[in-house]
Amino acid sequence: MCLAIPGKIISQEERENLKMAKVSFGGAIREVCLDLVPEAKDGDYVIVHVGYALNIIDDNEAVETLKLFEELEACG
Amino acid sequence: MKYLDEYRDSSNIKSIYLKICEITTKQWRIMEVCGGQTHSIMKYNLENILPDKISFIHGPGCPVCVTPIEMIDKAIYLAGLEDVILVSYGDMLRVPGTYTDLLTCKANGADIRMLYSPLQAIKIAVENKDKKVIFFAVGFETTAPANALSIISANKQKVNNYFMLCSQVTVPTALELLLSNRNNVIQGLLLPGHVCTVMGYEEYFPIVEKFNIPAVVTGFEPADILNGVYTLIKQLEDDECTIKNEYKRLVRKEGNKQAKAIINEVFDKCDQHWRGIGNIPGSGLRIRDEYLAYNAEIEFGLSKINIIEEISKIYKNKIIDGSSVCIAGEVLQGIAKPNKCPAFGIECTPGHPLGAPMVSSEGACAAYFRYAKED
Ligand code: SF4
Repeated sequence: MCLAIPGKIISQEERENLKMAKVSFGGAIREVCLDLVPEAKDGDYVIVHVGYALNIIDDNEAVETLKLFEELEACG
Repeated sequence: MKYLDEYRDSSNIKSIYLKICEITTKQWRIMEVCGGQTHSIMKYNLENILPDKISFIHGPGCPVCVTPIEMIDKAIYLAGLEDVILVSYGDMLRVPGTYTDLLTCKANGADIRMLYSPLQAIKIAVENKDKKVIFFAVGFETTAPANALSIISANKQKVNNYFMLCSQVTVPTALELLLSNRNNVIQGLLLPGHVCTVMGYEEYFPIVEKFNIPAVVTGFEPADILNGVYTLIKQLEDDECTIKNEYKRLVRKEGNKQAKAIINEVFDKCDQHWRGIGNIPGSGLRIRDEYLAYNAEIEFGLSKINIIEEISKIYKNKIIDGSSVCIAGEVLQGIAKPNKCPAFGIECTPGHPLGAPMVSSEGACAAYFRYAKED
């Protein structure tokens, strides 16, 4: 139940006091609430759980992790 | 970059795997705390590809599995009342209560609806003003902020026919209980990445210190899990003991402050019964007195009603009784693997679950059934 998937914010609007966004999950668009990540901008990737974005994915850290994998390969 | 495929890439997986093989010299037993991680481990066959020296102990991290039977019975009782719509996450509908499950009640005419998000619960309440809408809210800290926001939204929008039957649990206290067990054999922890996305990992430092057990905050994709294992084994082999964060793209040490503030606004700590494990003091979240008007237990006077007696009037025979064979308690505490259960795959299957770990897709029994039946 803690399943959460990454998606990209396409657009945002304020509705019924909620900060809502259209988020693309590999092309499939769903409505997501951004109330837990009010600082999120269009184009940001967020991790989404039961209709709410839990956090913004840190692009630099994501790249760092992938670089680390490459380094492991290089010295492996 | 989609933050998904890269972490499933086979060359990445292979390189980490080789490093793990290289550094592992002793036998290590590690627990992945979260059911979502158990699911990935089984799906990608990670236990079998790793060196024999490393074994996984599957943790209790499936909220559907640990929801106490009394709460399921309460939901079943409430769903049977006039003018009530009961809503919950899909998995909850199939978990056996004492007499029946919610899906059977639905088939018998109760207005029970499956939710994808708590946002829908409020919408249903707004659209059905003449009904009382009860959200059977379960979950770990990952789900708690969304559940909390539904109450805040109802309050802001002055929706007064929305109520919550609340059965939420928190990870650290339960983990402490498992590690305190005399028979505990766990030597390292893969911490639940999405719980930590919300809460951060500061609250695990006292546990790591007290039990002298290293931990790594770990994600859910195969490369994430292997990387978590690598970092954990490295700590174990080097006799190091701290918390390392290998899910940095999402987890900050202090977590998501906004989400934590929202949880605190609506919920406070309470003692909680975990199905198959027992009462764990301080391991639950209940609705604060300020939001009492949204508490279904209060609104429907549940403490004054003998729920079992009420349900038994409708369901004359105890039709579900997996309790004599089901060893879910041992499975949830990592003492037994699902395929050691005599009912596994025979009387108990996802189509006919005897216990909650076979219901939820993140339950260890369901993960074994799906991916490792032949073992
Ligand atoms: S296989 Fe079924 S009966 Fe056995 S422990 Fe798992 S849920 Fe219970």
